[in-house]
Amino acid sequence: MRKGLAGVLASLCFTAAATAGVLDDDRADILYHRYDGGGVTIDGPSLLVRKKFAEQYAATASYYIDMVSSASIDVITTASPYAEERKEYGLGFEYLRDKVTYRLGYSNSRENDYDADTAYASISQDMFGDLTTLTLSFARGWDQVFRRGDDTFSDQVDRRVYGVDLSQILTRRLIAGLSFETVTEEGFLNNPYRSVRYLDPESAVGYSYQAEIYPGTRTGSALALRGRYNLAERMAVHGEYRYYTDDWDIRAHTAEVGYTYGLGDNWILDVHYRYHTQDGADFYSDLFPRRDFQNFLARDKELATMTSQTFGFGVSYGFTAPWLSFLQKSSVNLRYDLILFDYDDFRDVRSGGYEPGTEPLYQFDANVLQLFVSGWF
Amino acid sequence: MTRPHALLASLLLLAWPGPSTPARAGTDMRAPAPGFELPTRAGTTVALDELRGQVVMINFWASWCGPCRKEFPVLEQMYRKYKPMGFTLLAVNVEPDTADAERFLADTGVSFPVAFDRENKVSSAYGVSAMPTTLIVDRKGQVRWMHRAYKPGDEDEYLNQVRAMLKEAP
Amino acid sequence: MRKASMVLPAVLAALALGGCAGAEPWVKPYERELLADPVMDWDRDPVSSSYLRHVYESREGARGAAGGAGGGCGCN
Repeated sequence: MRKGLAGVLASLCFTAAATAGVLDDDRADILYHRYDGGGVTIDGPSLLVRKKFAEQYAATASYYIDMVSSASIDVITTASPYAEERKEYGLGFEYLRDKVTYRLGYSNSRENDYDADTAYASISQDMFGDLTTLTLSFARGWDQVFRRGDDTFSDQVDRRVYGVDLSQILTRRLIAGLSFETVTEEGFLNNPYRSVRYLDPESAVGYSYQAEIYPGTRTGSALALRGRYNLAERMAVHGEYRYYTDDWDIRAHTAEVGYTYGLGDNWILDVHYRYHTQDGADFYSDLFPRRDFQNFLARDKELATMTSQTFGFGVSYGFTAPWLSFLQKSSVNLRYDLILFDYDDFRDVRSGGYEPGTEPLYQFDANVLQLFVSGWF
Repeated sequence: MTRPHALLASLLLLAWPGPSTPARAGTDMRAPAPGFELPTRAGTTVALDELRGQVVMINFWASWCGPCRKEFPVLEQMYRKYKPMGFTLLAVNVEPDTADAERFLADTGVSFPVAFDRENKVSSAYGVSAMPTTLIVDRKGQVRWMHRAYKPGDEDEYLNQVRAMLKEAP
Repeated sequence: MRKASMVLPAVLAALALGGCAGAEPWVKPYERELLADPVMDWDRDPVSSSYLRHVYESREGARGAAGGAGGGCGCN
């Protein structure tokens, strides 16, 4: 399912960019994350540590836990609420030589019905007077899918991710970036618990369920353009636009704008707005006309025609604590995001008394909270 | 699929250190050091010509540059040790607004002279192409070594070069 | 995919040009103080940004191209 891929792309992202000719500083972060929305609550810790050796090598380690309590709309309508835990750990290694940074990493995500292993490699080169940074990356994922309550079921997903990223300093105040990434997956790409809905005159409610059937492959590409501009001392604005398309016929546009403000020596404030819109997969439908209507059937709202809007802010307080002598610098941080999900072709079947296909369109709000402390040593 | 293989090939291509920029190794040369006159932190003015006869290390630095800040203790050690033998060090700060630099200097005690190149005229004249840049000028006013960038351990090279130049006649 | 086959020659061209380090940078290394400010970092807190990326990718149909290398002080 998407969990493995999210792990892949998340591990690619844990390897934060190193500036030209220098590896990032040693630091440790401890984060508490909490997602609350649509009947689902997921919280847990996330740890990240990085350390340099001889200014040329760096090692990173990460540990992440999701504690899931799910009574989501899918679960309520077709199953029963459940709780589970997902654990993920990652290891990374960086080597810097002149203007080239080599990165290698591995991560593993495990829950009671899904195992995902990911390996990644990337090369980053600075050129043209360190104004340009070009990064090529490659990741490979191997997922094992199981089903709770069915020991006989086991399947796999094979995943490859190719990425190119170009970062360019345009002026003393402006930096721009262009990224392109392709994900190709093969295997059991659907969810062993999820069902699709079809019109069934013989059913009391007018519809029945059958298991979803997905294609065995998926290839998608994303192209993103971003910029960051220094308006004035300690004030920056940023913007980003991403276009995504894949062979399941999903087309998505995502745009984000934000403003970062440094207040005094200690405070950094961020606000941002993100807008995402997507056309659903071509084999997606909220309600099929009959059973076995077509070869591939999906009712996963992730693949629906939908929009999401995010309003978020962050507050960061940096300080040097004399009583933490081994830390050169520390910070405490709070980030909050409100995400509004709106579906154009996924209906809320929890409320009764509607003709199948006329139920209200589903929408929900999610509250995402992050509290973390960071220490540089 | 040919596309992934081609992308992998370009990944390997990048692995070859083709475009080599000598960021680490000191470059040896012999060129007259462009003269300049800059205001110092002490409130006076320093002119390079007045330092003729000594071995002069010129370090271009900025408070926002991590490796520059790391280099300072090393420079302080060198300055203290070799000053009696005819060595001097001039740290040229390249920031247009020196408030952050002055704050850093207040926190980090150094005894060598610090000059302010607010308009970047001297940085430009010396073709500073990396931060930090450390040059060593001999007793006759010729730039003999240029070090672009700083990594811990580079000071060993500085020491060897300075010691060699101190032995030369003015 | 068509887009991929356009990107690759561009990437290889950039790599080849990388060898021609003779291009004079129009932003000098000593002019990068604004770019070195943390507010200009693409990604100040990777532990946080990777979590939020995970939140979106497990709920939306699009993924990828998060990117974000380069910039900063350009030292060494």
